[in-house]
Amino acid sequence: MSLADTARHAGTAFRTFGRTFGVAAALIFGTNAMAAAPVAPTAPVAAAPAATAPVATDAGAPAAVAAEAAPVDAGSYTPMAPTPGKGMPVDKGWTFQDQYSPTGEEALWMHDVILMPVIVAISLLVLILLVVVVAKFNKRANPVASKTSHNTLIEVVWTLVPVLILVVIAVPSIRLLAHQYDPAPKGAVTVKVTGYQWYWGYTYPDNGGFEVISNMLSDADALKRGEPGQLAVDNRMVVPAGEPIRIQTIGSDVIHAFAVPSLWFKLDAVPGRINEKVLMIKEPGVYYGQCSELCGARHGYMPIAVEALPRDKFEAWVKTQPGGTVGEATEAAAAPAAPAA
Amino acid sequence: MATIPANEGFDAHDHAHDHDHDHKPAFFARWFMSTNHKDIGTLYLIFAIFAGIIGGAVSGMMRAELAQPGIQYLGYFAQLLGTANPSFDEQLHLWNVLITAHGLIMVFFMVMPAIIGGFGNWFVPIMIGAPDMAFPRMNNVSFWLTFVGFMSLMISAFMPGGTGQGAGTGWTVYAPLSTSGSVGPAVDFAIFSLHLSGAGSILGAINFITTILNMRAPGMTLHKMPLFVWSVLVTAFLLLLALPVLAAAITMLLTDRNFGTTFFDPAGGGDPVLYQHLFWFFGHPEVYIMILPGFGIISQIISTFSKKPVFGYLGMAYAMVAIGVVGFIVWAHHMYTTGLDVNTKMYFTAATMVIAVPTGIKIFSWIATMWGGSLEFKSPMIWALGFIFLFTVGGVTGVVLANGGVDDNLHDTYYVVAHFHYVLSLGAVTSLFAGFFYWFPKMSGRMHSEFLSHLQFVVFFIGVNLIFFPMHFLGVQGMPRRYPDYAVAYTYWNEIASLGYVIMAGSMVIFFINIAYAFLAGKKAEANYWGEGATTLEWTLSSPPPFHQFETLPVIDDAAHAH
Repeated sequence: MSLADTARHAGTAFRTFGRTFGVAAALIFGTNAMAAAPVAPTAPVAAAPAATAPVATDAGAPAAVAAEAAPVDAGSYTPMAPTPGKGMPVDKGWTFQDQYSPTGEEALWMHDVILMPVIVAISLLVLILLVVVVAKFNKRANPVASKTSHNTLIEVVWTLVPVLILVVIAVPSIRLLAHQYDPAPKGAVTVKVTGYQWYWGYTYPDNGGFEVISNMLSDADALKRGEPGQLAVDNRMVVPAGEPIRIQTIGSDVIHAFAVPSLWFKLDAVPGRINEKVLMIKEPGVYYGQCSELCGARHGYMPIAVEALPRDKFEAWVKTQPGGTVGEATEAAAAPAAPAA
Repeated sequence: MATIPANEGFDAHDHAHDHDHDHKPAFFARWFMSTNHKDIGTLYLIFAIFAGIIGGAVSGMMRAELAQPGIQYLGYFAQLLGTANPSFDEQLHLWNVLITAHGLIMVFFMVMPAIIGGFGNWFVPIMIGAPDMAFPRMNNVSFWLTFVGFMSLMISAFMPGGTGQGAGTGWTVYAPLSTSGSVGPAVDFAIFSLHLSGAGSILGAINFITTILNMRAPGMTLHKMPLFVWSVLVTAFLLLLALPVLAAAITMLLTDRNFGTTFFDPAGGGDPVLYQHLFWFFGHPEVYIMILPGFGIISQIISTFSKKPVFGYLGMAYAMVAIGVVGFIVWAHHMYTTGLDVNTKMYFTAATMVIAVPTGIKIFSWIATMWGGSLEFKSPMIWALGFIFLFTVGGVTGVVLANGGVDDNLHDTYYVVAHFHYVLSLGAVTSLFAGFFYWFPKMSGRMHSEFLSHLQFVVFFIGVNLIFFPMHFLGVQGMPRRYPDYAVAYTYWNEIASLGYVIMAGSMVIFFINIAYAFLAGKKAEANYWGEGATTLEWTLSSPPPFHQFETLPVIDDAAHAH
């Protein structure tokens, strides 16, 4: 990953303030954040041991955003109302949910344009052949059976043609896999997703290391908020839209799976290992998912709600969190957060 | 009465027709100490039907609960199973016990005993012209190990299993949910059940391999064996190579649970994903173990009712060998979302798709066998035709799931449930019914009702498609597997699936009526009741065959078995 790529994804704070050294160090070292903000002028933040000192952090961070001239009510956040039918299953739905990530769109194309025509054609071919055989070669129509039991040519054909079809499928399939495994750029927001029995925790190591605990809402509470039952949660995983995010998953007790159908994203949260994958959500919205690996009694009751916001609103949300920081303050706050995670 | 020897009494009463040398043992010795491959096959079939009723009832409980969103019946079911005033978590745990029991029962105690233990035992020796299996006493041990394994699984349902009663780990028994996640002896009993039935299957596999390789009648070369025998031979090798890996994996689970080892516990340097690799190294061949003998049965039936030899016999036989071999190197497609490396995922995507080629050869060869034939639509043929179409539908969704990138969305959703039920519940089970109606008169000596069998097929076909086709829709819409409750948007297709279950259950009622009819009023079956198309050796014997057949070995000449 070149520095140019890194910078492109680093967000507006980078360009506005040009505090190159501090931010670049944070980007390069990621959650380790070895360079503990040597030139960060907003001293209170650098000194704050993150999650445990929300007051100090809040004092410093909003100022940075305000200086950025973002017309955002800094530090405020209201959960976004979901758009009906977007990022959630629809009544009587029988197709994939609309996709809101580039790899999701590619995978959907792969399914709709390549796989579906092929499998429908094969199924229909077999069905038609069966119908023909039943109609033409029944006892009445054909009282005397032939004794043909070999035809080398046709056997070679029905071996090679499927091979060719599979090659046609394999090429875009392998390409899709390669795209799904593009690594996240160094500056990407990192969300560490922890599966617990039976709720989710979302830790933001680059933004102060706070953890959002996400529990399912009762159907009644979900209804009150205008959200779908079984899918709505009290605290969502909030991320910026339109930029790659690094999702890291881990299980704290048993294996869970972090899955959001409308983003074509599913990654197991396994105890003892961190899985990482890039996720890019194209536009703001609320995207629902559910735990997808059997994890015990309340496996069906630990949904996922991802809220993608424009960058400025995401930063505003971060500041509402205890110890939440953005921009150049990041590397300072991340240092104590990493071991805690 | 007392002066009449028991054997004579039995013979005079039950088998007055012929076979003076047919000295059957008395009841207990015959059925509990059996060494006769046909009696053991019958035991396996009865056992499989019994287990199928339990496994089917469990799926009925699941479809009842899933008919509507919310939790309706789990509390009631939990009370039935002995938990007074079940808490919410105990009710949800029962759900996990149900899905676990359904999977384990149907795989290990219904399909495998019926198709390998039942039909394999009955017809492999006969089809190769052998008097019995190579190791008759070991054959008996195989059956009773399976039986005791089933008892262990039933006991596990009434043992403490962590959150509630029974093992709620899923049939895959993934660690650490099955280790630190489930305290209490229920999971130990379930694991022990797999050990026992697995040992039974390994012994059975050794028996089949030895029998087929050493006891073929003079002139019956490997390349003249009926395809059903080929299918059982390949299956037996899969069992022999795959089951020890499962045994190792679940033994490691046992020691992790009880003896402080940490094979799958990261706290001690272990890895939960290691268990998945071991399990699926067994688990993927296992799905071919369930379907390959079905392929063999379908080949026999298609050939019989087309009055033609199987088209491309060698291609058919070696396609099964190829499926068996490739089946061992595709296991991680069950693990696409566990965090595999990108290259690993690319390899398993490509390898998995390769399986479509030999499978395609089989489908097309069956159709080519019928092409130019003189088809008679007797009940086994109808079931076989249904099999070809339903298995194709299940197979093509497998091609979709093979793509690691596409599977990211479908993994662990109802799409996967739909896929494997199309190849198993609509594939393997359909081939079981096809085989049952093909051979039932041969085994029992009584003809079943062709009308009831056709009717059962129509009702079954409608029912299972209503159950499982909508599950594709639920899957692409994102409904995860193993959920007792769901978002309201998923209600419509779930209602239809539950309705389909009721219809499918109706087809089972027709099945049992048909069996009852056959035994009460069925016509006596002739030796070859299917006529000229039925050319394998079982049709040269009476129906039912004598207690010991081929005391003088049949000689296979080239003319009779040219293909």
